[in-house]
Amino acid sequence: MSLLKAENLGINFGGLKAVSNFNLEIQSGEIVGLIGPNGAGKTTVFNLITGYFSPSTGTMAFEGHPLNGRKPYQICQLGIGRTFQNIRLFGQNTVLDNVRVAFHPRTRYWIIDAFLRTPRFMAEEARITEQAEELLDTLGLLPRAYDRAASLPYGAQRRLEIARAIACQPKLLLLDEPAAGMNPSEVRDLVQLVKFVKEKFDLTVLLIEHQMGLVMNVCERLVVMDFGVTISEGLPHEVREDPKVLSAYLGKGAVA
Amino acid sequence: MDYFMEQVINGLQLGLVYALIALGYTMVYGIVKLINFAHGDVFMVGAFIGYFGFSSWGLPWPLAILVSALCCACLGMLIERIAYRPLRYATRIVALISAIGVSFFLEYFCSLKFMFGPNYRVVQRPFDEVYWSIGGVTISNIQVLIFCTAVCMLVGLQYLVMRTKMGAAMRTVSFDHDTARLMGVNVDRTISFTFGIGAALAAVGGVLYAIAYPQIWTFMGIMPGLKAFTAAVLGGIGLIPGAMLGALIMGQAEVMTAAFISSQLRDAIAFSILILVLLVRPCGILGKTQPEKV
Amino acid sequence: MGVKDGKRILIYIVGVILVYAVIKMLAVTGVFNPYWQRILDQAMIMTIGALGLSIIFGISGQFSIGHAAFFGIGAYSAGLVTKSLGGDIFTFLLALAVGTFMAGLVAFLIGLPVLRLTSDYLGIATLGFGIIMKVGFDNANKVIPEMGGATGMTGIPQVANFEWIFLFCIISIILARNFVQSGHGRACMALREDEVAANVVGINIFRYKVLAFVFGCSLAGLAGALYAHRYPFLHPTNFDFLPSIDFLIIVVLGGMGSLTGTIVTAIAWVFLLEGLRAILGTTFLEWRGVIYALILISVILIRRQGLFGNKEYGFLAPVVRRKEARNVTTES
Repeated sequence: MSLLKAENLGINFGGLKAVSNFNLEIQSGEIVGLIGPNGAGKTTVFNLITGYFSPSTGTMAFEGHPLNGRKPYQICQLGIGRTFQNIRLFGQNTVLDNVRVAFHPRTRYWIIDAFLRTPRFMAEEARITEQAEELLDTLGLLPRAYDRAASLPYGAQRRLEIARAIACQPKLLLLDEPAAGMNPSEVRDLVQLVKFVKEKFDLTVLLIEHQMGLVMNVCERLVVMDFGVTISEGLPHEVREDPKVLSAYLGKGAVA
Repeated sequence: MDYFMEQVINGLQLGLVYALIALGYTMVYGIVKLINFAHGDVFMVGAFIGYFGFSSWGLPWPLAILVSALCCACLGMLIERIAYRPLRYATRIVALISAIGVSFFLEYFCSLKFMFGPNYRVVQRPFDEVYWSIGGVTISNIQVLIFCTAVCMLVGLQYLVMRTKMGAAMRTVSFDHDTARLMGVNVDRTISFTFGIGAALAAVGGVLYAIAYPQIWTFMGIMPGLKAFTAAVLGGIGLIPGAMLGALIMGQAEVMTAAFISSQLRDAIAFSILILVLLVRPCGILGKTQPEKV
Repeated sequence: MGVKDGKRILIYIVGVILVYAVIKMLAVTGVFNPYWQRILDQAMIMTIGALGLSIIFGISGQFSIGHAAFFGIGAYSAGLVTKSLGGDIFTFLLALAVGTFMAGLVAFLIGLPVLRLTSDYLGIATLGFGIIMKVGFDNANKVIPEMGGATGMTGIPQVANFEWIFLFCIISIILARNFVQSGHGRACMALREDEVAANVVGINIFRYKVLAFVFGCSLAGLAGALYAHRYPFLHPTNFDFLPSIDFLIIVVLGGMGSLTGTIVTAIAWVFLLEGLRAILGTTFLEWRGVIYALILISVILIRRQGLFGNKEYGFLAPVVRRKEARNVTTES
């Protein structure tokens, strides 16, 4: 059984077909790239999968559970984590709290435990803090654990967002342009990071990206979208040579 | 039936006064996203100046309205300069607290003995109330005056915002301050102008209110101010037709409740309508919900 | 729990006892005459209520301008209990529980529909609810004659003394702090910062909005219940739009998201108002409102982030245990 399966997915915004007849199947353990020119509907696909928009047509299923009609937080709890194109951290909260909050849905104490600080509460909090610190350490953010998230430099904010998504303990991680605004050396580090966390946390990754260098390096398979429809699909080198892709996206010979 | 029609007209009268206040709220909100709590108190100051104008200073009443509008326009701009401009890029709640502070200041300062004093004053109307009977429905000259003034103001305002250069500047600023500045709009002056216009409208409303309901005191602005703001939200805040529509609904709701149910429940009914409307249309009757971009 | 934690807790307990002892001493020696005792009690009651709004608005970002209505619900329902059942200590405690519970229950019922609104629309809806409740209190005597309606409610036994109010103030502070420093509190702070992102990390944002609202309003109810038994004349204007604004001012001036700020500002604010009365005397009393307004405007213009920003101090500050990084896999 595939991990994520989207069939015939479509959504309209006031007559505009943002996504139509979109099919996607992801197997466990893959790293899949979703690419395409600006406005092709890639982020809309993410918003459909994570429950921000409900599709006008089609169905989505995650490990056999239908996703249609579920709220974003329920989809997260099923095991899909995501980051955002324009970083969305909890800016005034500490780095540690940004990560700890993602553990909350799996916390095993009641609010009364919190009010009374029962042993169960103390133990759970210690466990969550321990895990969050370990995660931050893995991503090199531990020294800034008690700083406010908004005070981090840009690259570190990107990493924190990935850390927060991993803290949801997802099986599938959706990364929306993780390399946006990064310089080449930062992009190289990011490639390493994505590969590393994928192995360490046993993740399946679907990522949207513009930087072809990163896509070709990281992804095992690519899906190319333009004007809301899939125009090509396959291994990176296949896609790269697909004439439809070349004309739509790489047409100007700007292949990295 | 005639009684009902008379109540409709009374509701229209109250609604139009609310509309004059609500327009100022909605313009200011549209342009700086601030609930200008002091607006109801500008209304009060307007009522007092108009009252002094035609009773103490012996001005003809149209001139008194004009003087009151001019003074309040200056007051509105002054308030903006002192209390809101320094906070323009602070969080909105901070500016709101500042507005509350200005509101308290106007109320208490005007209550001082050398200002307007803390007591109620009965307004001697500058002209006698005349009633006409049209098809069995009684209409007073005050109602006609309020109706004409409010409609002129609304049409004038709509013209100002939609057809003039200043109006274009206002619309640009309400969209985005920085872009407006890049387009060569003097943002500070536009905002100042908006406050001035809003305050002048409130002053006109204040004088008409004092003529229609001839009893004034320094805390008279709180409830009409709140209701006018509520009306603006009800119609869709930031929209001039919305403010008008909301104000007319509020006016009718209040007068109808007082006439047919219980005058003690008028506020409760008016605000219940607000809450119910917001539950169905979270951004007011004419307001559009914009989905957050993810 | 380590030795360090034990020591901290000991320090806090000693601190609370010291504060209590000092106030008691001042009262016994007469420095604190009954008038100022009364003001102090009022300050602590305001603190409890303001902590509630701090949870709702400062921590969870839900704009409410109807907080005094819940204060009123607590006051009236608690007052009804002791007025009809008598003023012994168990009835008093029962009344406090009823007041707290009723405020929480109404908050739940109102919150379910209203908390779907956001920002200013939520503010206006809560303001509307506050005004509706005021009309309700004004006319309550038509349903329950004991509530007095527009002439006010009397006959509540005056059984809340300084000790009780102090005790409940400390309890409220502890509960508020324990809430903020729990997973539930973090979820509330997350939704304040970014609802979309909170949703995506698995937080049922609506549930936490309701939770924060109910908890905050329950604190207001508790404060109201204490108020009813300390100043046993309840008048609808005490629970009107203006007292709601007072709570709002306290929370914002203290610093959004800072419980420390809320507590300090609540106390300072009550003493400022009364202090002005004492300083100005009868001749200049009419200037009180003017000076108060000017102080309010100047403070907000000078410190727009509020007195404490979003920082917490002492007991309210979260414990920071820095750990050494061991395992940096990526560039730093």
